Amino acid sequence: MLPSFTDEQRLLRESIERFRQQDYAFEKRKALLAKLGSKDDPLWKQFAELGWLAATLPEEHGGLGGSHADLAIMMEQFGRGLMTSPFVPTIVLGGTILQLAANEAQKSAILPDVAEGRAKLALAYLEPPAQPDPAIVATRAEHDGDGFVITGEKVAVLYGNVADHLLVSARTSGHVGDRTGISLFLVASDAPGLTIDSYRTHDDGWAADLRFDQVRVPTEAVIGSVGAGLATLEAALDAGTAAICAEAVGAMWSLHDMTLDYIKVRKQFSAAIGSFQAIQHRMVNMYMKCQLAQSMALAGMAALDAVDPVARNRAVSAAKVQVGRAARHVGEEAIQLHGGIAMTDEYAAGHYFKRLTMIRLMFGDENYHLWRYRQIASD
Amino acid sequence: MDVRNRFETEDMRAFRQEVRTFVRTNLPDDIRRKVAQERMDLPRADQQRWHKILRAKGWACPGWPTAHGGPGFSDDQRYVFERELALADAPRPMIYGEGMLGPTVIAFGTDAQKRRILPGILEGDVFWCQGFSEPNAGSDLASLQCKAERVGDEYILNGSKMWTSEGHIADWMFGLFRTDNSGRKQEGITFLMLDLRSPGVTVRPILLFEGTHEVNQVFFDNVRVPAENRLGEEHKGWTIAKHLLSLERFGTAEVSRSMASLGRLQSFLEEQDPFCHAPDQRDAIARRVAELEMELDALEITEVRFLFNQDGANEIGPEASMLKVRGTEIQQDIFELAMMCAGGYALGARRDESAADLAETRRGEDSAYPYFNFRKTAIYAGSNEIQRNIIAKAVLGL
Repeated sequence: MLPSFTDEQRLLRESIERFRQQDYAFEKRKALLAKLGSKDDPLWKQFAELGWLAATLPEEHGGLGGSHADLAIMMEQFGRGLMTSPFVPTIVLGGTILQLAANEAQKSAILPDVAEGRAKLALAYLEPPAQPDPAIVATRAEHDGDGFVITGEKVAVLYGNVADHLLVSARTSGHVGDRTGISLFLVASDAPGLTIDSYRTHDDGWAADLRFDQVRVPTEAVIGSVGAGLATLEAALDAGTAAICAEAVGAMWSLHDMTLDYIKVRKQFSAAIGSFQAIQHRMVNMYMKCQLAQSMALAGMAALDAVDPVARNRAVSAAKVQVGRAARHVGEEAIQLHGGIAMTDEYAAGHYFKRLTMIRLMFGDENYHLWRYRQIASD
Repeated sequence: MDVRNRFETEDMRAFRQEVRTFVRTNLPDDIRRKVAQERMDLPRADQQRWHKILRAKGWACPGWPTAHGGPGFSDDQRYVFERELALADAPRPMIYGEGMLGPTVIAFGTDAQKRRILPGILEGDVFWCQGFSEPNAGSDLASLQCKAERVGDEYILNGSKMWTSEGHIADWMFGLFRTDNSGRKQEGITFLMLDLRSPGVTVRPILLFEGTHEVNQVFFDNVRVPAENRLGEEHKGWTIAKHLLSLERFGTAEVSRSMASLGRLQSFLEEQDPFCHAPDQRDAIARRVAELEMELDALEITEVRFLFNQDGANEIGPEASMLKVRGTEIQQDIFELAMMCAGGYALGARRDESAADLAETRRGEDSAYPYFNFRKTAIYAGSNEIQRNIIAKAVLGL
């Protein structure tokens, strides 16, 4: 996906490439998914051993200090291999929040465990009606003695059922939609008063709805400053969005390759269907969508390094719109050009399509990001 | 000028009201709930229960003439009848027996076949499936190779049929089998009907990627079929199949079903107001809904024009293929939009069994299922590519 690799980046890419082709081949995937919902998923330990969890975390806290380019390389490979894991919530969302806003004590208590695969993180920010604007926060954190008491509901928390630490947005002042008054808290997954209702997602991952019924946390659980959590939250969501865009690009190229191979061998009317011009043009359209999406995903990922959050917001939203539209086009066309075989559970295409569809829905769909892009432009 | 005015005469209005009242009073709520969730994998017992309710009223097999136990509806009545069923979330008619085989037997069958086959379908006791597609004969159906060898007064079947919808709940199959390979591929095909309990038949389930079991592969290992179960002449099954497929092409426009689905989306948006904090996005969605409404309108009017020969044309011709193409595209767009409106709730792979429909689901959690499941509609019943080929050749003369 990236124009040039350093030697280290090439090694990183090759290690995931090898893994997805051998250990995570589609035939083996179903068995591996069975353990995904447990806290001691052996696959996660392998991720740690291979150094992927540490790759982008800071060196002073057990990481390897990798760049956003490293993240892009990993995500694209995860996408190509349809590798399903809590990587984005733990490393990208959780990792970004901790790196940006946590104090030294919080970082050293959690990040080394994350880097070594001993702890997973989840970001609980979405609330009814499950629309993506992170300022939609009704959950309240009331100051009480030497801590806070959190009450409210969070929904569609990715891997909220396997996380050890939850990063929770809650309102310490103001009203739903206000951009100030949102604070971030670190909450243990076994905190009294916290109920976790978990379920599988369409892409074979996990999510959970969380109910906070007077969950008490100490003052030390606040990440960053009280009332100023939204900027951190947006930075993390932008990183997560850029990451799943890169993943989607990998998944789209896999569907592209799969479809191209298929239309070359599938014969109807005494000819490979790929010899029909009507099919060729549609294959070319898929190819162009993949290329354009790749360009924008790359730009979105690069913008994570921008100092100016406005530039970052714009680039990430533009990437999500391009990638989301391409994901729909490539996913639907891959199914259609294959025909019935791609509708089946035993063929990989449908599963890639489901993952791409979930990516469209995650962290804001095209409608939301178009709105955000325009809003930033007019500010 | 509105061609739909034909359904607004006093008689038609009274008929519509009668159907509406009957369906809303008699449709069991548990069945309605499944249909409102856009499920096409209705269990046999549900389909049968509803069919028998219609049968008791004299409305089963609405496309059949009275001579064979149908209600003898006029075309207008039938149109209105099926609209009302769809809007009330009643199950689709049982397509294979009632919609396809029945009319075909009435057209091509011997008297003995009519007596033997039609009552079971009419009473809802015998379920049929269709054995057309094969692993290597999909779009190119005429290249089918599943063999039927004539031995005395029997055919011996060997090979397999693919994508057999409802094969796991059907009693009988009608299908196309290769009896001769010497001529053009459309020749040497024979239309046979067989009991799925015959020795040598194996039904292998095929799960779809979103988890439903609707289709199967059916294997034949020296399955013996009496020659009296042949419809029409030996080697001449293709003509019958073409007739039968023209019936299928009509059913799949699903205009009325899409109206119900779009209505569900509209009530979801009104009642749940998921964009309550995002007025700009709400407006963008409202425009998309309006667009779909207009597209559906265009399809509906076109369907009425084609069905009722408003342009002074003769029989329904190959132009009907466009109804299937646009019908499935619009339906897929409606489900895509419904899913996107549900936002983060659409991620969960869980069905809310307690809610009656999308509006009553607290938050639209079921909305990704139909988006995934209905990808099949552009593939089955003659893929949309094949439908376009038909229009290119038979309508445009290319």
